[in-house]
Order: sequence, then structure tokens, then C-alpha cells
Amino acid sequence: MRITTTVNNERHEVDDVWEGESLLYMLRERMGLPGSKNACEQGECGSCTVYLDGVAACACLIAAGQAEGRDIVTVEGLAEGDDLHPVQQAFLDAGAVQCGFCTPGLIVATHDLLARDPRPEDSQIRESLAGNLCRCTGYEKIIDAVKLAAGRMASTSAGGGA
Amino acid sequence: MTVTEDRPAAEIGQARRRKEDQRLITGRTKWTDNLTLPGMLHLAMVRSPVAHGTITSIDVEEAKASPGVIAVITGRDIADEQGSLPCAWPITEDQLAPPHPSIAVDTVNFAGEIVACIVARTAAQAKDAVELVDVEYDDLPVVLDMAAAAEGGDLTHPDLGTNVSATWVFDSAEAGTGTNVEDAIQAGEIIIERTYRQQRLIPAFMEPRSIVVDPTGEQTTMWSATQIPHILKLMLALTCGISESKLRVIAPDVGGGFGGKLQVTPEEVITLVVSRRLGRPCKYTETRSESILAAHHGRDQIQHLTLSANRDGTVTGLKVELLADMGAYLGLVTPGVPILGAFMYNSIYKFPAYRFVCKNIFTNKAWTDAYRGAGRPEATFAIERIMDELAAEVGVDPMEIRERNWIKPEEFPFSTVAGMEYDTGNYEAATDKAKQLFGYDELRAEQQRRRESGDPVQLGIGVSTFTEMCGLAPSRVLGALSYAAGGWEHATVRMLPSGKVEVLTGTSPHGQGHETAWSQIVADRLGVPFDDVEVLHGDTQIAARGLDSYGSRSLVVGGMAVVAAADKVIEKAKPIAAHLLEADVDDLEFEAGKFGVRGTDASIGIGELAFAVFSAHNMPEGVEPSLDAEATYDPVNFSFPHGTHLCAVEVDTETGEAKIRDYTCVDDVGKVINPLIVEGQVHGGLVQGIAQALFEEALYDDSGTLVTGSFVDYLVPSAADMPHFTTDRTESPSTTNALGVKGVGEAGTIASTPAVVNAIVDALRHLGINDIEMPCTPHRVWSAIQSRSSGEETPAQSQNVADSGLPSHNVTVSEGPADGGDGADPNVGRADSTSTGSETNGGAA
Repeated sequence: MRITTTVNNERHEVDDVWEGESLLYMLRERMGLPGSKNACEQGECGSCTVYLDGVAACACLIAAGQAEGRDIVTVEGLAEGDDLHPVQQAFLDAGAVQCGFCTPGLIVATHDLLARDPRPEDSQIRESLAGNLCRCTGYEKIIDAVKLAAGRMASTSAGGGA
Repeated sequence: MTVTEDRPAAEIGQARRRKEDQRLITGRTKWTDNLTLPGMLHLAMVRSPVAHGTITSIDVEEAKASPGVIAVITGRDIADEQGSLPCAWPITEDQLAPPHPSIAVDTVNFAGEIVACIVARTAAQAKDAVELVDVEYDDLPVVLDMAAAAEGGDLTHPDLGTNVSATWVFDSAEAGTGTNVEDAIQAGEIIIERTYRQQRLIPAFMEPRSIVVDPTGEQTTMWSATQIPHILKLMLALTCGISESKLRVIAPDVGGGFGGKLQVTPEEVITLVVSRRLGRPCKYTETRSESILAAHHGRDQIQHLTLSANRDGTVTGLKVELLADMGAYLGLVTPGVPILGAFMYNSIYKFPAYRFVCKNIFTNKAWTDAYRGAGRPEATFAIERIMDELAAEVGVDPMEIRERNWIKPEEFPFSTVAGMEYDTGNYEAATDKAKQLFGYDELRAEQQRRRESGDPVQLGIGVSTFTEMCGLAPSRVLGALSYAAGGWEHATVRMLPSGKVEVLTGTSPHGQGHETAWSQIVADRLGVPFDDVEVLHGDTQIAARGLDSYGSRSLVVGGMAVVAAADKVIEKAKPIAAHLLEADVDDLEFEAGKFGVRGTDASIGIGELAFAVFSAHNMPEGVEPSLDAEATYDPVNFSFPHGTHLCAVEVDTETGEAKIRDYTCVDDVGKVINPLIVEGQVHGGLVQGIAQALFEEALYDDSGTLVTGSFVDYLVPSAADMPHFTTDRTESPSTTNALGVKGVGEAGTIASTPAVVNAIVDALRHLGINDIEMPCTPHRVWSAIQSRSSGEETPAQSQNVADSGLPSHNVTVSEGPADGGDGADPNVGRADSTSTGSETNGGAA
């Protein structure tokens, strides 16, 4: 089947999509967007987290067909050109990346968290990211990164409003 | 020796942001599974659901007719090409090992073993056809209990005639490193015997293993999500009978390993053999369930310890009798994993007598092999647990018992009873700092208050003082331990004409940040900007020599190879600089990237020199026009990081929930190249160790089926499960390498598990509980509390040692907590003996 969808603000038409195919497979294998990772294909690890119509979700659990007419944002769509998104920059600055396989999913999940709650407490950060497994970092510096990003984004928006 | 050693280190010690991260946070990475080659076919594996059986027939016809399927390959089809998967560590001359075909030919020995391989045009077509292969098995008896298997009975491999692969012994009296442990036990005023179980764990790296093979060129190229591209290349050549020079192995970005990707896997051999046979590129990427089922597991040991001490708590001897579950086969270093622990049971202490006996046992489970720490977490857990038991017996604080036994700062270098030479350390300094940060005395006071008030939520304080051996390893030591390879590492430093520097390293990072740390080292050494250094790795055609990354060796060994290569560059550059500056070599000094002539303003920068050498217009007579240099570094000793970890746990005695309230650790990893990376390594290590204490366990049912086959059942902790960590450092630089580094990859994992379990037991000791088996789930903790409060006797108390398959001991007091009727947890609250010497030794004395 043919799927027409918007990914990272670009309209795409994808042919030969199989009915049993996941959105994750379509993104990675048919659209050249391998940032979202397949680490469990069971919705347990969050490595494939993307936005579907503004809602963060595991792309491995969404059928490709469900993307028809919808708006998808992946980790590749967060940076503007070479300018990293503040969440990405914070992960880099805080040392929140080790092997980096889970990182794109965590960055999308953090992006989503800060959109809903610009200044989360530690416990809220931990709960909100509980669906994203990381085996390397022990989460400590990821929490630092979320707080760093929150601080920077708050000061940017405050500065912009002044 | 170069002048740079005296130069202030500008880069080393800085929290440089990692060079690797830009690509990782934007999704522009090169993972093996991202790779697509023209005409590439996809593999899927048919795996045995049976744990032990004879293959009576395999019908592949329906699968072959399935859409897109190109071929279905059985073990018999490639019996001549697949060889037997290698074990590089025969720990004894008479070690027994079964053949290990990548695709089973006649028998299957664990559930998950590959029995056929589908080759299809798409991954989905290959997976669909898996269901269509019809394999018939004749069931054989399934061997699952290592303790029973050690005693005989049903055999995992009937052809071997025993389930015992090897028995390995270290005895301090025989080795001349100490006295006789049996004498110490005879004379001991206090004897404590304990049995601890290291549950089976799963490395659970986030990136599933993936392999792409391209056989279409003159060479065959394999991309693999591996920790060991160099070892893999050699082993594939030997296993499959392919010329080593016709193979190239690339480990691109690799998503974690933790020992789990330190392996030569069946899937790698199969993808290689099938791809070469079909003459087409092939890809195999495992599912998470396959990874959990059939990538090698870790730990799985039963440890029986007998510790003798004087009444004041001075330890006089330690005897360790170990059973280690190999699973069905011996992987690359499987038999050596428990042996790595043999040198660490004495830990930071001055034990005069020590004996270690290890039996490696086959069972019908996935094979075990290295998992973060490999041998050392097991040893550290056991000794730190039993030191707490000694403290309780003597009636002093757990910290006090450690202080009475540990090596004092002025006693370094120290030759241990296990034959190691500890170069440096300061256990007092790390402990003092940790206690202060933790608020040790205040927490003890709070604990006392809660006990007295009968608070249903009890507070426990867990202590773990540890050391480990890192920097695997001096080649001569590995030779003495019968390991097949050496422990050196290789590096090349190339000076490019533009003054930029390329570093080729034989280490193979998979999350550790070598590109960043090695750049810092070279920037300091050569006096060039950090950003001018490019670190290349993970490709046997680019960094041709190396022994890869594991055992906290990369910095200690690989970093030193980089230092040695950079120093050679400087040595090569000197006569050329002297020639260009028209000066005597002896008048040159190298500082901050420049060769200067002493007492003059004349100088030339190393970048400038690189271009002069490139153009080669004006070289001194007989000097080659190249500054490039390579070095192979073989360490002279292991390195011995250490630290003090303190954990405060609140245990709800009504629900059994154990919650970590505070975790503080002070690690001494020697000199730190990049504190950001070191902190991250410690944090990640802590979580893996804590996960063993509280959450993770690979469980098989009675038929040998793995029941923890997904992340739903195998509990890798999330951010919500983990506390905040307070980490700090002391610094006793290693004296056996010029960087003064000790390694940090495994420290957190090694130290944290006993800190947590000691805390839980500490919270409940006043209730008569002296052990909770890992993982300390709420159910296990609750059951232990219930059985103590009801005073019921359970079968666990009479089982104990006799049923563990270990030699029997004089067990006079059975006072462990009881099982609480949980059939799934036969070892909860295992009965152990604690008694004073004359009683325990009874007739023997």
C-alpha cells in the first residue's frame, strides 16, 4: 500500500508498505531515518520514541498504516540544520550519552516531557522517563541533562518574552 | 622519556564534552543494522524450543517454498565449514569441552540453540519462514541444577561422561603466597561458613547484536556489533578455515556490550559461512527475545566460603569452594571468568591463608561468559557479605571489622595471599571521605532510633569496600593462566601534513568515549589542540593490530600504547627538528608542541615539522621522511582501583520492599583523564550492580525454557527505579603505568551489589536474618521476615551445604532465616552456620 505522511515537516509518499509493517520499520528501512532504534520491538525500552500527531509514542508498536495522513517527528527532526535542539545540547553538555543507542528515544521523550512540564522535579523526570531504558548511564547524567535543558529553555523563553 | 612528562597537563583531567556525541544525539550514527548493501539477503534463525534432545529430522521443504526464501541451511549442510566455536581459555590441561557447532547438527543442548537458518530477500520473509521449518526431537534428560550436576546423575553431554568441565585450584601454601588454610580453620577462634548464590544474569546491551557480511570483494568484510573486532577476525579465520588476510572485521558504532559482545557467536559464523556460500551480502539482526535467550549470560555461581578469624575479628584464613555454571558450552572465555575472581576474594584484606577451588559445571542452559566485572563482582560480593557476618559475630560495626583487616596505606606495595602485587591504594582515605559524604554516624543513630521505636520501616546501612584487578593484562600472566592470547595493546600515531593527528587504537569502544579520552592524551603528549586529534578504531584494516575492549583494559593498556606511540613520534621528530633548526639534538627541548633550541628563540612546531617531513625536501642524511609511529604496550602489572561504597536502604517490614535512600561512593581509579566519562562509568556500573541485588534474574522453568524472555520479565531498571548517587574520588595514581591510571569500567558494578544486600540484611539483622538471596525482591524479603517472626522451620534449613553439591562441612548451628513456603525460592534464607571455633570444629579439633 501507499502511505502519505508528514515526517519532520516534509510530506512523504511511501510505496509498497506491507500491512504488518511497523512505523519504526517504515522510518528506518524505507525513509532513511535510522535515528529511531529498534531495541526490543515490544514497546518496553522506548528507543524508538517518536511523535505521532504531537504525542510521544513507541514507533515499534504503531502500524505503518496508522501514519497515513498523520504528522510524525523523529529525533532527526529536532535539530534545525546544524543547530542542536537545547535538549540535544544538554545531553551533550551533561555527559548523558554513552553508547548512544537509547539516546534518540530519550531525547524525544525529554523533549515531550519539557513541552508538558517545563520545570519538572527529579521524581517527575524519573517517572516520565521510566519507559526509556538505558543500560549505560545509570540515568544520573540524563537527569542532569533534563534539568539543564529545562533551565536553558526557560531562560530562553523568558528572554524572548522580555 | 620526553620533556612532555614535565609539562603541565592541559587536557588530561578536563571534563571535555565527548566527540562521539554529536552523531549519537542527532541519529546520524553507523550502527550495523543501519547498513544496507546492494543485493543483500536477510537471515533468520530457527531455534530449538527443547533444552536437551537429539534431532531426529528437519523438514525444510515448506520453508523453502515460502515467498522470498532463497535457502534454508541446516547444521548438516554446513558441517564442514562451520567448525567449532572457539574457547580461548582452557584453564586446565584436562579441561573437558564438547564440540560447539554454530548450527546444531545432531543434538541440541539448550533452548534457543540454532538448528537451521533461513535466507530470504527480506527480514520479514525470513522470519515468516522460521515457523515453517519442522524439526523433530527425541528428548534427553534436562540438566538444570549445577549443584546436582556436579555430583553426577544425568549428563549435559553424555559423551564427556561427567558434567564437570574442569576443577581449578589456588592454594596459598602451595603457591608460597601464604600459609595453609586448613591449619587456620583448625585453629580459628571464630569460624563462619556461608553459601552465596550469584544468580544468572543477562548483559542486556541496548543494541541487539547485528551482523552484515559482504563476500563480493577480494576480501570478505564483516560488520558486527562486537566488542572484539580483532579477536573476532582471528577466531573466524581459525574456526572457518579462511585465510586471516582475506577477512576484514568492522565494529562500527556499537551499542553497549558489558562483556555480552565479547564473544565469537554462532550468528557471526553462520552469517559468514552462508554469505560466502551464496556469494551475496547477508544481514542478521537478532530480536530482543533472541538476544535474551541466546546471547551469552553471566554470573551463575554458588559460592561456599569458610572464614576463620581470631576473637578480635582478625581474619586468619579463607577457603572458597565454588561451583560455576558454564551452561551448555564453553564460550570464548567462559571457563576463565570464575578464575578472574580467584585473585580477588582476599580483596583489600591481609589474609594469611587462602584456598580457592572452582568446579566448572555444564548444564542445559545458555552458555555463560563475561558480564561486567567477570569474576570480580562475585568475589567481592562474597567477601563483603561474609565480612559483615564476621562483624556481627565479633559484635563490632562492619566498618570496624574492615579496618582491622585491611592493608594500610603505608603497607603498599603489598603482595597479597592470592599472589597479586598491589601497587598503590589508600582505603582509609576513600573510606573517611565516603563516611563523611554519607553521614555514616548520623545514619547509624537514625537506625538505632528506628529499631528502638519498632518502626515498621527499618533502616539498613550497607558497606562495601572493594578492590579489583583491571588492565587485562600482562601477557606473561595470561600465559601462566593458560589463556590463548596476550594482553598487550597497540596504537599508531600519524602526523598528517596539515599538522592534524590521526590515532589508530586497537581498543574497540562501545560507549566508553575513547575518541575523546585518547584525543586528550595525545593533545597533551604532542602539544596539539584537542580538536586536531582524530581517533580511529574498530576496523581491522584501519587499526590492524589490537586486542579490543573488556576487563577495564582500554585506558590502562590501550591508553598507554597511545602514549608510547606519541612518544615515538617525538623521538622520530627530534633529529629532523635539529636538522632544520641547525642545532644539536641534545640542545633541543620539546614543550607545548614545539621543538626549541635551549637558550635561543629558535623553534619549530610539530605541525610545521609534519609538513616539512611530508614535502621531504630537506631531510637529514639517512632519516626516513615520516613521523608516524606505532607502539605495542604490554602492561607490567594489573592495576587495582578501589573504593568505599555506602548504601542506606529502607526496608518496609510489612511489605518487604527495599528502597535505596542514599548511595554514596568514593572511588580511587588513579589519575582521571576525563571526569565526565569517569562519573558516567561509575553511575552506569552502580545501576548494573544494584540491579543484580534487587531486580534481575534469568530464570528457567523445569523443562529448561527461559521464562524471563523479554524486558517485561527481565527487569532492567529504569530511571524511576534508581536513586540519586553521590560520587566522589580519591586519587592514588598507579605506579605501574606512566599515566597513573587504573581503569573504571567495572568498579561500580563490582562494589555496589554487596553494598545493597549488606544494607538490606543490616536492616533486618535484629530480627535474626543474616541473608537474603539475590535478587532481594519484596517477596523474598517479606518471606524472610515472616518466617523469622513465626519461627517456623523450613526445608531450606536442612538442605544447605549437603544439597549444594559441595563438600560437606561441620555445620553445627542452623539459624538462617527460613523459606516462608515459597517453592520458587528454595534458597531464601539458606541456613548457614556461625559458631565459635571449638564448637564448630568439634571432633576435628
